[in-house]
Amino acid sequence: MKGLAELGESFAVQRRVVWALYLRETLTRYGRHNLGFLWLFLEPMIFTLGITTFWTLAKTIHGSDLPIVPFAITGYSSVLMWRNMPGRLAKAVEPNLGLMHHRNVRLIDIYLSRLLLEIGGVTMSFIFLTLFFWGIEWMKPPEDVLQVMFGWLLIIWFGAGLGFSIGSLSEQSEIFERLWHPATYLIFPLSGAAFIVDALPKGMQQIVLWLPMVHCVEVIREGFFGSAFTAHYNLGFVFVTNALLTLFGLANTLKVSRGITPE
Amino acid sequence: MIRLTNVNKVYATRAGSNHVLRGIDLTISAGEKIGILGRNGAGKSTTIRLLSGSELPTSGEIERGMSVSWPLAFGGAFQSSLTGRDNLRFICRIYGRDYTETVDFVQEFAELGVYFDEPVKHYSSGMRARLAFAISMVIEFDCFLIDEVVAVGDSRFHAKCHVELFEKRSDRSFVIVSHDTGYVQAHCDKAYVLRDGRLHAYENVDDAIRFHLEGDLN
Repeated sequence: MKGLAELGESFAVQRRVVWALYLRETLTRYGRHNLGFLWLFLEPMIFTLGITTFWTLAKTIHGSDLPIVPFAITGYSSVLMWRNMPGRLAKAVEPNLGLMHHRNVRLIDIYLSRLLLEIGGVTMSFIFLTLFFWGIEWMKPPEDVLQVMFGWLLIIWFGAGLGFSIGSLSEQSEIFERLWHPATYLIFPLSGAAFIVDALPKGMQQIVLWLPMVHCVEVIREGFFGSAFTAHYNLGFVFVTNALLTLFGLANTLKVSRGITPE
Repeated sequence: MIRLTNVNKVYATRAGSNHVLRGIDLTISAGEKIGILGRNGAGKSTTIRLLSGSELPTSGEIERGMSVSWPLAFGGAFQSSLTGRDNLRFICRIYGRDYTETVDFVQEFAELGVYFDEPVKHYSSGMRARLAFAISMVIEFDCFLIDEVVAVGDSRFHAKCHVELFEKRSDRSFVIVSHDTGYVQAHCDKAYVLRDGRLHAYENVDDAIRFHLEGDLN
Protein backbone atom coordinates (compact mmCIF):
# COMPACT_ATOMS: atom_id res chain seq x y z
CA MET A 1 0.00 0.00 0.00
CA LYS A 2 2.88 2.31 0.83
CA GLY A 3 4.25 1.77 -2.65
CA LEU A 4 0.91 2.73 -4.15
CA ALA A 5 0.69 5.88 -2.05
CA GLU A 6 4.19 6.88 -3.13
CA LEU A 7 3.30 6.23 -6.73
CA GLY A 8 0.22 8.43 -6.34
CA GLU A 9 2.32 11.15 -4.77
CA SER A 10 4.92 11.14 -7.51
CA PHE A 11 2.16 11.09 -10.12
CA ALA A 12 0.67 14.21 -8.51
CA VAL A 13 4.09 15.91 -8.55
CA GLN A 14 4.65 14.98 -12.18
CA ARG A 15 1.24 16.27 -13.20
CA ARG A 16 1.95 19.55 -11.42
CA VAL A 17 5.34 19.91 -13.06
CA VAL A 18 4.11 19.05 -16.55
CA TRP A 19 1.25 21.52 -16.17
CA ALA A 20 3.60 24.28 -14.99
CA LEU A 21 5.93 23.61 -17.90
CA TYR A 22 2.99 23.51 -20.30
CA LEU A 23 1.78 26.94 -19.19
CA ARG A 24 5.28 28.30 -19.41
CA GLU A 25 5.77 26.92 -22.93
CA THR A 26 2.47 28.44 -24.00
CA LEU A 27 3.63 31.78 -22.68
CA THR A 28 7.06 31.72 -24.28
CA ARG A 29 5.72 30.51 -27.62
CA TYR A 30 2.42 32.31 -28.03
CA GLY A 31 2.11 34.75 -25.17
CA ARG A 32 3.83 37.83 -26.47
CA HIS A 33 3.32 37.31 -30.19
CA ASN A 34 -0.19 36.29 -31.06
CA LEU A 35 0.87 35.70 -34.65
CA GLY A 36 2.57 32.50 -33.46
CA PHE A 37 -0.77 31.16 -32.32
CA LEU A 38 -2.52 32.35 -35.47
CA TRP A 39 0.11 30.70 -37.62
CA LEU A 40 -0.95 27.33 -36.26
CA PHE A 41 -4.23 27.80 -38.16
CA LEU A 42 -2.97 29.86 -41.08
CA GLU A 43 -0.29 27.43 -42.23
CA PRO A 44 -2.58 24.41 -42.76
CA MET A 45 -5.26 26.73 -44.10
CA ILE A 46 -2.97 28.10 -46.80
CA PHE A 47 -1.90 24.56 -47.66
CA THR A 48 -5.51 23.40 -47.86
CA LEU A 49 -6.53 26.31 -50.03
CA GLY A 50 -3.51 25.85 -52.27
CA ILE A 51 -4.11 22.11 -52.77
CA THR A 52 -7.80 22.71 -53.37
CA THR A 53 -7.12 25.33 -56.03
CA PHE A 54 -4.49 23.17 -57.70
CA TRP A 55 -6.72 20.11 -57.65
CA THR A 56 -9.80 21.91 -58.87
CA LEU A 57 -7.80 23.08 -61.87
CA ALA A 58 -6.35 19.61 -62.47
CA LYS A 59 -9.66 17.84 -61.92
CA THR A 60 -10.84 18.81 -65.37
CA ILE A 61 -7.91 16.76 -66.71
CA HIS A 62 -7.97 13.47 -64.75
CA GLY A 63 -11.49 13.56 -63.41
CA SER A 64 -10.99 12.24 -59.90
CA ASP A 65 -14.04 12.33 -57.65
CA LEU A 66 -11.99 12.49 -54.44
CA PRO A 67 -13.33 15.13 -52.00
CA ILE A 68 -10.38 17.43 -52.19
CA VAL A 69 -10.86 19.69 -49.16
CA PRO A 70 -10.99 16.95 -46.51
CA PHE A 71 -8.18 15.20 -48.40
CA ALA A 72 -5.94 18.25 -47.98
CA ILE A 73 -6.96 18.93 -44.37
CA THR A 74 -6.34 15.37 -43.20
CA GLY A 75 -3.08 15.20 -45.12
CA TYR A 76 -1.51 18.37 -43.86
CA SER A 77 -2.75 18.11 -40.27
CA SER A 78 -1.16 14.68 -40.07
CA VAL A 79 2.11 16.06 -41.39
CA LEU A 80 2.01 18.78 -38.74
CA MET A 81 1.67 16.07 -36.13
CA TRP A 82 4.56 13.76 -37.04
CA ARG A 83 6.82 16.61 -38.15
CA ASN A 84 6.28 19.09 -35.31
CA MET A 85 6.35 16.71 -32.37
CA PRO A 86 9.90 15.46 -33.00
CA GLY A 87 10.89 18.96 -34.08
CA ARG A 88 9.83 20.39 -30.74
CA LEU A 89 11.68 17.72 -28.77
CA ALA A 90 14.94 17.93 -30.70
CA LYS A 91 17.55 19.80 -28.65
CA ALA A 92 15.02 20.61 -25.93
CA VAL A 93 17.52 20.18 -23.10
CA GLU A 94 19.67 23.25 -23.45
CA PRO A 95 17.03 26.00 -23.21
CA ASN A 96 15.62 24.23 -20.15
CA LEU A 97 18.86 23.44 -18.30
CA GLY A 98 18.25 26.17 -15.73
CA LEU A 99 14.93 24.64 -14.75
CA MET A 100 16.51 21.26 -14.16
CA HIS A 101 18.00 22.61 -10.95
CA HIS A 102 14.62 21.67 -9.57
CA ARG A 103 14.77 17.99 -8.74
CA ASN A 104 11.19 17.40 -9.86
CA VAL A 105 11.74 18.83 -13.31
CA ARG A 106 12.89 15.91 -15.41
CA LEU A 107 13.61 15.64 -19.11
CA ILE A 108 10.52 13.50 -19.56
CA ASP A 109 8.39 16.29 -18.06
CA ILE A 110 9.81 18.79 -20.51
CA TYR A 111 9.13 16.38 -23.37
CA LEU A 112 5.58 15.69 -22.17
CA SER A 113 4.74 19.36 -21.78
CA ARG A 114 6.02 20.19 -25.26
CA LEU A 115 4.16 17.22 -26.76
CA LEU A 116 0.94 18.29 -25.05
CA LEU A 117 1.29 21.78 -26.42
CA GLU A 118 1.90 20.48 -29.93
CA ILE A 119 -0.94 17.96 -29.76
CA GLY A 120 -3.30 20.63 -28.44
CA GLY A 121 -2.38 23.17 -31.09
CA VAL A 122 -2.50 20.85 -34.09
CA THR A 123 -5.70 19.16 -32.91
CA MET A 124 -7.36 22.53 -32.43
CA SER A 125 -6.32 23.64 -35.87
CA PHE A 126 -7.56 20.32 -37.34
CA ILE A 127 -10.96 20.69 -35.68
CA PHE A 128 -11.20 24.38 -36.57
CA LEU A 129 -10.40 23.79 -40.24
CA THR A 130 -12.89 20.93 -40.45
CA LEU A 131 -15.64 23.05 -38.93
CA PHE A 132 -14.70 26.06 -41.03
CA PHE A 133 -14.73 24.30 -44.41
CA TRP A 134 -17.84 22.36 -43.42
CA GLY A 135 -19.44 25.65 -42.36
CA ILE A 136 -18.81 27.31 -45.72
CA GLU A 137 -19.95 24.06 -47.36
CA TRP A 138 -16.73 23.26 -49.16
CA MET A 139 -16.90 19.77 -47.67
CA LYS A 140 -19.23 17.32 -45.99
CA PRO A 141 -18.78 16.38 -42.33
CA PRO A 142 -16.82 13.17 -41.55
CA GLU A 143 -18.76 10.01 -42.25
CA ASP A 144 -17.46 8.33 -39.11
CA VAL A 145 -16.25 10.73 -36.43
CA LEU A 146 -15.19 7.92 -34.10
CA GLN A 147 -12.91 6.47 -36.71
CA VAL A 148 -11.40 9.89 -37.39
CA MET A 149 -10.68 10.22 -33.68
CA PHE A 150 -9.17 6.75 -33.61
CA GLY A 151 -6.90 7.54 -36.56
CA TRP A 152 -5.98 10.86 -34.97
CA LEU A 153 -4.97 9.10 -31.76
CA LEU A 154 -2.84 6.70 -33.80
CA ILE A 155 -0.94 9.56 -35.42
CA ILE A 156 -0.53 11.30 -32.05
CA TRP A 157 0.92 8.10 -30.64
CA PHE A 158 3.24 7.76 -33.62
CA GLY A 159 4.34 11.39 -33.30
CA ALA A 160 4.99 11.00 -29.58
CA GLY A 161 7.04 7.81 -30.02
CA LEU A 162 8.99 9.41 -32.83
CA GLY A 163 9.36 12.55 -30.71
CA PHE A 164 10.88 10.73 -27.71
CA SER A 165 13.24 8.89 -30.06
CA ILE A 166 14.35 11.87 -32.15
CA GLY A 167 14.48 14.16 -29.12
CA SER A 168 16.74 11.92 -27.07
CA LEU A 169 18.91 10.95 -30.05
CA SER A 170 19.43 14.62 -30.87
CA GLU A 171 21.07 15.05 -27.45
CA GLN A 172 23.47 12.22 -28.14
CA SER A 173 24.50 13.09 -31.66
CA GLU A 174 24.77 16.44 -33.36
CA ILE A 175 24.86 14.77 -36.78
CA PHE A 176 21.61 13.00 -36.12
CA GLU A 177 19.91 16.26 -35.28
CA ARG A 178 21.19 17.84 -38.49
CA LEU A 179 20.11 14.87 -40.61
CA TRP A 180 16.62 14.74 -39.18
CA HIS A 181 15.67 18.07 -40.67
CA PRO A 182 16.38 17.27 -44.34
CA ALA A 183 14.93 13.81 -43.73
CA THR A 184 11.53 15.36 -42.99
CA TYR A 185 11.59 17.02 -46.42
CA LEU A 186 12.32 13.68 -48.05
CA ILE A 187 9.67 11.82 -46.07
CA PHE A 188 7.02 14.49 -46.66
CA PRO A 189 6.14 13.49 -50.25
CA LEU A 190 5.99 9.82 -49.20
CA SER A 191 3.94 10.44 -46.06
CA GLY A 192 0.50 10.30 -47.60
CA ALA A 193 -0.14 14.02 -47.29
CA ALA A 194 -0.59 14.44 -51.01
CA PHE A 195 -1.74 11.01 -52.23
CA ILE A 196 -4.02 8.17 -51.32
CA VAL A 197 -2.41 4.74 -51.39
CA ASP A 198 -5.02 3.31 -53.73
CA ALA A 199 -4.04 5.77 -56.48
CA LEU A 200 -0.42 4.54 -56.50
CA PRO A 201 0.97 1.68 -58.61
CA LYS A 202 1.12 -1.63 -56.70
CA GLY A 203 4.90 -1.62 -56.25
CA MET A 204 4.87 1.92 -54.93
CA GLN A 205 2.08 1.06 -52.50
CA GLN A 206 4.23 -1.58 -50.87
CA ILE A 207 7.05 0.91 -50.41
CA VAL A 208 5.03 3.74 -48.86
CA LEU A 209 3.22 1.33 -46.55
CA TRP A 210 6.50 0.87 -44.68
CA LEU A 211 5.86 4.36 -43.29
CA PRO A 212 3.50 4.17 -40.28
CA MET A 213 2.09 7.65 -40.84
CA VAL A 214 0.70 6.56 -44.21
CA HIS A 215 -1.46 3.97 -42.43
CA CYS A 216 -2.64 6.56 -39.91
CA VAL A 217 -3.65 9.03 -42.62
CA GLU A 218 -5.53 6.28 -44.47
CA VAL A 219 -7.48 5.45 -41.29
CA ILE A 220 -8.36 9.11 -40.76
CA ARG A 221 -9.39 9.57 -44.38
CA GLU A 222 -11.54 6.44 -44.33
CA GLY A 223 -13.33 8.04 -41.40
CA PHE A 224 -13.84 11.23 -43.37
CA PHE A 225 -14.80 9.97 -46.81
CA GLY A 226 -14.46 6.19 -46.73
CA SER A 227 -17.24 5.74 -49.26
CA ALA A 228 -15.23 7.58 -51.92
CA PHE A 229 -12.10 5.40 -52.00
CA THR A 230 -10.54 2.15 -50.82
CA ALA A 231 -8.29 2.66 -47.80
CA HIS A 232 -5.12 0.59 -47.32
CA TYR A 233 -3.79 0.12 -43.83
CA ASN A 234 -2.62 -2.48 -41.38
CA LEU A 235 -3.42 -1.68 -37.75
CA GLY A 236 -1.16 -4.44 -36.43
CA PHE A 237 1.81 -2.86 -38.20
CA VAL A 238 0.98 0.57 -36.76
CA PHE A 239 0.58 -0.77 -33.22
CA VAL A 240 3.87 -2.64 -33.35
CA THR A 241 5.93 0.21 -34.83
CA ASN A 242 4.34 2.76 -32.48
CA ALA A 243 5.01 0.55 -29.48
CA LEU A 244 8.62 -0.08 -30.50
CA LEU A 245 9.27 3.61 -31.15
CA THR A 246 7.72 4.56 -27.82
CA LEU A 247 9.70 1.95 -25.90
CA PHE A 248 12.99 2.89 -27.51
CA GLY A 249 12.23 6.61 -27.16
CA LEU A 250 11.35 6.42 -23.47
CA ALA A 251 14.31 4.19 -22.63
CA ASN A 252 16.69 6.48 -24.46
CA THR A 253 15.13 9.55 -22.84
CA LEU A 254 15.80 7.99 -19.45
CA LYS A 255 19.37 7.30 -20.48
CA VAL A 256 19.95 10.88 -21.65
CA SER A 257 18.19 12.17 -18.55
CA ARG A 258 20.70 10.43 -16.26
CA GLY A 259 23.59 12.26 -17.86
CA ILE A 260 22.21 15.79 -17.61
CA THR A 261 24.18 18.39 -15.64
CA PRO A 262 22.24 21.56 -14.85
CA GLU A 263 24.35 24.58 -15.68
CA MET B 1 18.71 13.37 7.33
CA ILE B 2 20.64 13.23 4.08
CA ARG B 3 23.25 10.56 3.58
CA LEU B 4 25.78 10.17 0.80
CA THR B 5 27.52 6.82 0.69
CA ASN B 6 30.59 6.23 -1.46
CA VAL B 7 29.44 8.68 -4.09
CA ASN B 8 31.48 8.98 -7.27
CA LYS B 9 31.00 11.44 -10.09
CA VAL B 10 32.79 11.16 -13.38
CA TYR B 11 32.35 13.60 -16.27
CA ALA B 12 33.28 12.69 -19.79
CA THR B 13 35.53 15.27 -21.39
CA ARG B 14 37.26 15.36 -24.74
CA ALA B 15 40.55 14.57 -23.02
CA GLY B 16 39.09 11.53 -21.25
CA SER B 17 37.10 11.10 -18.09
CA ASN B 18 37.34 13.57 -15.25
CA HIS B 19 36.86 11.90 -11.88
CA VAL B 20 35.51 14.84 -9.86
CA LEU B 21 34.30 13.05 -6.74
CA ARG B 22 36.03 9.89 -5.51
CA GLY B 23 33.99 8.02 -2.95
CA ILE B 24 32.39 10.78 -0.90
CA ASP B 25 30.65 9.98 2.39
CA LEU B 26 28.59 12.68 4.05
CA THR B 27 25.74 12.78 6.54
CA ILE B 28 23.68 15.87 7.27
CA SER B 29 21.30 15.66 10.21
CA ALA B 30 18.31 17.86 10.86
CA GLY B 31 19.29 21.37 11.93
CA GLU B 32 22.94 20.88 11.17
CA LYS B 33 24.84 23.67 9.46
CA ILE B 34 27.79 22.56 7.45
CA GLY B 35 30.22 24.35 5.20
CA ILE B 36 32.07 22.86 2.26
CA LEU B 37 35.28 24.61 1.31
CA GLY B 38 37.28 23.99 -1.79
CA ARG B 39 39.09 25.66 -4.60
CA ASN B 40 37.50 26.45 -7.94
CA GLY B 41 36.85 23.21 -9.75
CA ALA B 42 37.21 21.06 -6.63
CA GLY B 43 33.67 19.74 -7.09
CA LYS B 44 31.71 21.99 -4.72
CA SER B 45 28.89 22.75 -7.12
CA THR B 46 28.77 19.13 -8.25
CA THR B 47 28.33 18.08 -4.62
CA ILE B 48 25.54 20.61 -4.20
CA ARG B 49 23.74 19.39 -7.33
CA LEU B 50 24.03 15.79 -6.17
CA LEU B 51 22.60 16.78 -2.78
CA SER B 52 19.71 18.59 -4.45
CA GLY B 53 19.01 15.63 -6.71
CA SER B 54 19.12 17.62 -9.92
CA GLU B 55 22.05 15.51 -11.00
CA LEU B 56 22.64 11.81 -10.44
CA PRO B 57 25.89 10.24 -9.19
CA THR B 58 27.93 7.97 -11.45
CA SER B 59 27.94 5.44 -8.60
CA GLY B 60 27.17 5.38 -4.90
CA GLU B 61 24.01 6.07 -2.97
CA ILE B 62 22.17 9.21 -1.91
CA GLU B 63 19.35 8.98 0.64
CA ARG B 64 17.21 12.05 1.12
CA GLY B 65 15.18 11.81 4.33
CA MET B 66 14.16 15.46 4.37
CA SER B 67 13.10 18.01 1.82
CA VAL B 68 16.06 19.70 0.16
CA SER B 69 16.02 23.02 -1.66
CA TRP B 70 17.41 23.64 -5.10
CA PRO B 71 20.85 25.26 -4.99
CA LEU B 72 20.29 28.87 -3.97
CA ALA B 73 22.67 30.62 -6.26
CA PHE B 74 22.59 33.85 -8.21
CA GLY B 75 19.60 32.72 -10.25
CA GLY B 76 20.43 29.71 -12.40
CA ALA B 77 17.08 28.09 -11.67
CA PHE B 78 15.15 30.58 -13.83
CA GLN B 79 13.92 31.14 -17.33
CA SER B 80 15.47 34.40 -18.42
CA SER B 81 12.96 35.13 -21.18
CA LEU B 82 10.14 35.20 -18.62
CA THR B 83 9.39 38.04 -16.23
CA GLY B 84 10.13 37.88 -12.52
CA ARG B 85 6.43 37.43 -11.88
CA ASP B 86 6.09 34.56 -14.36
CA ASN B 87 9.12 32.86 -12.86
CA LEU B 88 7.53 33.10 -9.43
CA ARG B 89 4.29 31.66 -10.81
CA PHE B 90 6.22 28.81 -12.37
CA ILE B 91 8.11 27.92 -9.19
CA CYS B 92 4.88 28.10 -7.17
CA ARG B 93 3.20 25.70 -9.58
CA ILE B 94 6.08 23.24 -9.48
CA TYR B 95 6.16 23.11 -5.70
CA GLY B 96 2.40 23.32 -5.26
CA ARG B 97 2.21 26.71 -3.56
CA ASP B 98 -0.45 29.36 -3.98
CA TYR B 99 1.06 32.22 -5.97
CA THR B 100 -1.24 34.88 -4.48
CA GLU B 101 0.08 34.16 -0.98
CA THR B 102 3.66 34.67 -2.03
CA VAL B 103 3.70 37.59 -4.41
CA ASP B 104 3.68 40.35 -1.79
CA PHE B 105 6.65 38.94 0.05
CA VAL B 106 8.67 38.48 -3.13
CA GLN B 107 7.93 41.97 -4.39
CA GLU B 108 8.85 43.50 -1.07
CA PHE B 109 12.01 41.48 -0.60
CA ALA B 110 13.32 41.69 -4.15
CA GLU B 111 12.68 45.43 -4.48
CA LEU B 112 12.40 45.19 -8.25
CA GLY B 113 9.67 47.79 -8.71
CA VAL B 114 8.39 47.82 -12.29
CA TYR B 115 11.12 45.37 -13.27
CA PHE B 116 9.12 42.60 -11.63
CA ASP B 117 7.14 42.54 -14.89
CA GLU B 118 10.18 42.71 -17.17
CA PRO B 119 12.01 39.67 -18.56
CA VAL B 120 14.71 38.47 -16.19
CA LYS B 121 17.33 38.82 -18.92
CA HIS B 122 17.10 42.61 -18.53
CA TYR B 123 17.98 42.43 -14.83
CA SER B 124 21.28 43.44 -13.30
CA SER B 125 23.10 40.70 -11.41
CA GLY B 126 22.03 42.27 -8.12
CA MET B 127 18.38 42.21 -9.18
CA ARG B 128 18.68 38.59 -10.23
CA ALA B 129 20.20 37.66 -6.92
CA ARG B 130 17.41 39.42 -5.02
CA LEU B 131 14.71 37.75 -7.09
CA ALA B 132 16.34 34.34 -6.83
CA PHE B 133 16.67 34.62 -3.09
CA ALA B 134 13.16 35.98 -2.56
CA ILE B 135 11.60 33.20 -4.62
CA SER B 136 13.55 30.52 -2.82
CA MET B 137 12.31 31.81 0.52
CA VAL B 138 8.73 31.23 -0.65
CA ILE B 139 9.09 27.45 -0.67
CA GLU B 140 9.89 25.94 2.70
CA PHE B 141 12.54 23.22 2.96
CA ASP B 142 14.16 21.25 5.78
CA CYS B 143 17.55 21.75 4.25
CA PHE B 144 18.79 24.71 2.24
CA LEU B 145 21.66 24.43 -0.20
CA ILE B 146 23.53 27.68 -0.57
CA ASP B 147 25.98 27.96 -3.40
CA GLU B 148 27.99 31.18 -3.22
CA VAL B 149 24.80 33.20 -2.99
CA VAL B 150 26.65 35.76 -0.89
CA ALA B 151 29.00 36.53 -3.74
CA VAL B 152 26.57 39.01 -5.27
CA GLY B 153 24.54 41.86 -3.90
CA ASP B 154 25.31 44.70 -1.54
CA SER B 155 25.54 44.73 2.25
CA ARG B 156 21.86 45.60 2.64
CA PHE B 157 20.92 42.52 0.62
CA HIS B 158 23.29 40.39 2.71
CA ALA B 159 21.69 41.66 5.90
CA LYS B 160 18.20 40.81 4.63
CA CYS B 161 19.33 37.34 3.56
CA HIS B 162 20.84 36.82 6.96
CA VAL B 163 17.57 37.58 8.72
CA GLU B 164 15.54 35.31 6.45
CA LEU B 165 17.92 32.37 6.54
CA PHE B 166 19.82 32.34 9.80
CA GLU B 167 17.30 34.01 12.09
CA LYS B 168 13.85 33.04 10.81
CA ARG B 169 15.00 29.60 9.68
CA SER B 170 17.60 28.82 12.29
CA ASP B 171 16.05 25.40 12.96
CA ARG B 172 16.78 24.17 9.42
CA SER B 173 19.82 22.46 8.00
CA PHE B 174 22.18 24.37 5.78
CA VAL B 175 24.86 23.32 3.40
CA ILE B 176 26.99 26.28 2.48
CA VAL B 177 29.45 25.96 -0.31
CA SER B 178 31.97 28.73 -0.60
CA HIS B 179 35.56 29.76 -0.82
CA ASP B 180 34.79 32.66 1.51
CA THR B 181 36.23 31.29 4.74
CA GLY B 182 34.78 34.13 6.83
CA TYR B 183 31.25 33.32 5.77
CA VAL B 184 31.65 29.63 6.54
CA GLN B 185 33.19 30.45 9.90
CA ALA B 186 30.31 32.73 10.82
CA HIS B 187 27.51 30.33 9.93
CA CYS B 188 28.65 26.72 10.17
CA ASP B 189 29.03 24.26 13.04
CA LYS B 190 31.11 21.91 11.01
CA ALA B 191 33.16 22.17 7.86
CA TYR B 192 34.48 19.94 5.12
CA VAL B 193 37.21 20.51 2.62
CA LEU B 194 36.97 19.11 -0.89
CA ARG B 195 40.37 18.36 -2.33
CA ASP B 196 41.44 15.97 -5.09
CA GLY B 197 37.97 14.48 -5.25
CA ARG B 198 37.86 13.55 -1.57
CA LEU B 199 35.91 15.11 1.26
CA HIS B 200 37.88 15.79 4.44
CA ALA B 201 35.74 16.19 7.55
CA TYR B 202 36.56 18.55 10.45
CA GLU B 203 34.60 18.89 13.68
CA ASN B 204 36.23 22.24 14.18
CA VAL B 205 35.60 24.85 11.49
CA ASP B 206 38.94 26.58 12.13
CA ASP B 207 40.85 23.38 11.39
CA ALA B 208 38.99 23.01 8.11
CA ILE B 209 39.79 26.60 7.17
CA ARG B 210 43.46 26.07 8.02
CA PHE B 211 43.60 22.93 5.87
CA HIS B 212 41.81 24.73 3.04
CA LEU B 213 44.18 27.71 3.13
CA GLU B 214 47.24 25.45 3.32
CA GLY B 215 46.08 23.86 0.09
CA ASP B 216 46.04 27.30 -1.47
CA LEU B 217 49.65 27.92 -0.44
CA ASN B 218 50.99 24.68 -1.88
